[in-house]
Amino acid sequence: MSFSVTEPTNGTKWFAGLLVVAYAIITLVPLLWIIATGFKSPTDSIAYPPVVVFEPTLEGYVNLFTDRTRATDDMIEAAGPPETWYDEIARSRGTVITGPSRYGERFLNSVIIGFGSTFLCMVLGTAAAYAFSRFRVPLKDDLLFFILSTRMMPPIAVSIPIFLMFRNLGLNDTHLGMILLYTAVNLSLSVWLLKGFIDEIPMEYEEAALIDGYTRFQAFYKVVLPQAATGIASTAIFCLIFAWNEYAFAVLLTSGTAQTAPPFIPNIIGVNGKDWPAVAAGATIFLVPVMVFTVLLRKHLLRGITFGAVRK
Amino acid sequence: MAEVSLTGVSKSFGEDIALADVSLTIPDGSFVVLLGPTGAGKTTTLRMVSGLDTPDAGRIEIAGRDMAALTPAQRDVAMVFQQYSLYPHLSVRQNLEFPLKSPILKTPQAQIDAKVGAVAEVLQISHKLDNKATALSGGEMQRVSIGRALVRDPQVYLMDEPLSSLDAKLRADLRVELKSIQADSGATMLYVTHDQIEAMTMATHVGVLDEGRLIQFGTPREIYENPVSIYAASRLGQPRMNVLPADVFGGAPQGAASIGLRPEHIQQGEGEDSLVKRVERLGDQTRLHLVFKDHDLITVTDAHTDLKDGDTVKIRPVSPHYFDAAGARVA
Ligand SMILES: Nc1ncnc2c1ncn2[C@@H]1O[C@H](COP(=O)(O)OP(=O)(O)OP(=O)(O)O)[C@@H](O)[C@H]1O
Ligand SMILES: [Mg+2]
Repeated sequence: MSFSVTEPTNGTKWFAGLLVVAYAIITLVPLLWIIATGFKSPTDSIAYPPVVVFEPTLEGYVNLFTDRTRATDDMIEAAGPPETWYDEIARSRGTVITGPSRYGERFLNSVIIGFGSTFLCMVLGTAAAYAFSRFRVPLKDDLLFFILSTRMMPPIAVSIPIFLMFRNLGLNDTHLGMILLYTAVNLSLSVWLLKGFIDEIPMEYEEAALIDGYTRFQAFYKVVLPQAATGIASTAIFCLIFAWNEYAFAVLLTSGTAQTAPPFIPNIIGVNGKDWPAVAAGATIFLVPVMVFTVLLRKHLLRGITFGAVRK
Repeated sequence: MAEVSLTGVSKSFGEDIALADVSLTIPDGSFVVLLGPTGAGKTTTLRMVSGLDTPDAGRIEIAGRDMAALTPAQRDVAMVFQQYSLYPHLSVRQNLEFPLKSPILKTPQAQIDAKVGAVAEVLQISHKLDNKATALSGGEMQRVSIGRALVRDPQVYLMDEPLSSLDAKLRADLRVELKSIQADSGATMLYVTHDQIEAMTMATHVGVLDEGRLIQFGTPREIYENPVSIYAASRLGQPRMNVLPADVFGGAPQGAASIGLRPEHIQQGEGEDSLVKRVERLGDQTRLHLVFKDHDLITVTDAHTDLKDGDTVKIRPVSPHYFDAAGARVA
């Protein structure tokens, strides 16, 4: 029997496969459970023992997106026949729809703040990382350490000063405020990750472009940026995931106009009793943008991670 | 189309002295080959002229203009890098178009197509134009990076071992092509190579570098026939010059420590006996490995010689070079 450095033995392959499958199950089951709960009726959602096979309903989604009020049979009779399928679902529970809920708005806020801060973070992070990688910056190592040190405590530890600062600057409960905050929190990690990626791009490419008649900025734009795409994409995913899921600052700093979805979803519990299907529906929809973003960039993400792993 | 001159150029990287007080004037339209072992400062010299690095001291002029304040783009030089640096995200065609599309040149598309087509033809890469730059063999990449210099019409070409990873036939073809392109365009060429044939056949001038110092600058013939030191002498000539203690044949001049014998300095059939250790037939040439008074010697003889291993042949030096203990030429 011969051993090769590159080709794992069958036993190893099986073992590795088993590990991956087990890990996938552990991470995916809660997710699938949430998705399933979104389609359950309230009774099924709290049934014990839990039901795995159930009759799916869109009630959770209807409850998520609407505000409803309890109504007597007479009142429902008086309102006439239901006009839409969601009217019908609401009435079957003895309620009438009074209007849309604020989930849509909150979700849109999440999109604006999450993607806005990710974009800003990538612009600033790439520029800073390029400068650190290529130019002789005075006190470079100290600056890099200082930048990273901003992440050495949980950001929420400085929430009080930030809260006061935001209030004085009029940034409380604004999109701009939240975008700036998430950008600031993400920037240190972005600079470090992106610097690693840019360091890997040989300087000769830019030098060739400089000689070919391009300015430094054009060389950056035309030669470095396309090659850093992988690193930028994977860093962007990390930034988006943080900004998208952030809860504590969102609770503290937003209320009316700029509130994101994470603080809203648990609020649903309070409104009409424990409406778990609506909560699950909110969480399911909330997953979608990050999932789409990640799937679109997953080729880059995978390459980005392995790329980083083989660095000397 | 420009004279390039370096005056007292020095460059160090920390402790490493890459160039030490190099002064060199490269006449307009000449083809200068830089020779020297690894680490001698050849690449550094090209980078100084291109503007990618700035000298610690000294002055660089192209066409009489001081280059100190000019960016690489403004210097109007084209460079082929030692590590062929094709843009990996572009196709071969886009790589070749890249310099022509620069904001400085802004060439019209029709002209770009014609130029790229012609250069691809010369470099024998027409069939690969639509490949990705990364989907090429090493030799093909090298040709594309030569092409990226040739599409332009710069004042100065800088080429760092441009033919090093090509096969012998392609190398011979491109030697001729490069030389004629350079001669036609009248551009000044600074060319780094380790290949003596390239140096001898292409160069109008050769600069010999050693540890950052310019040892000798002159025509290939001058350097071959009139080297200033053992070091310069051994840069050119196949087989290499034999270096023996000065007194093995007698008659050494004052101060000579060693004698340098090229094959043409060794007359066969006269003088003292030497033993034929090996006969090496290379086709057009036959080399004799001789042992003379315990010293090994390599010389060239008639291609169809009857000599064989173990024979004895008489040899005698004819106007050889003499060098002192430090390797400098004394006669
Ligand atoms: N960027 C750099 N940083 C530090 N040292 C350098 C740098 N570039 C060159 N050197 C040093 O300068 C000296 C000359 O290097 P250079 O690249 O000019 O050699 P070369 O003649 O081109 O050699 P080769 O034939 O191997 O290409 C070497 O000692 C090298 O280590
Ligand atoms: Mg070199």
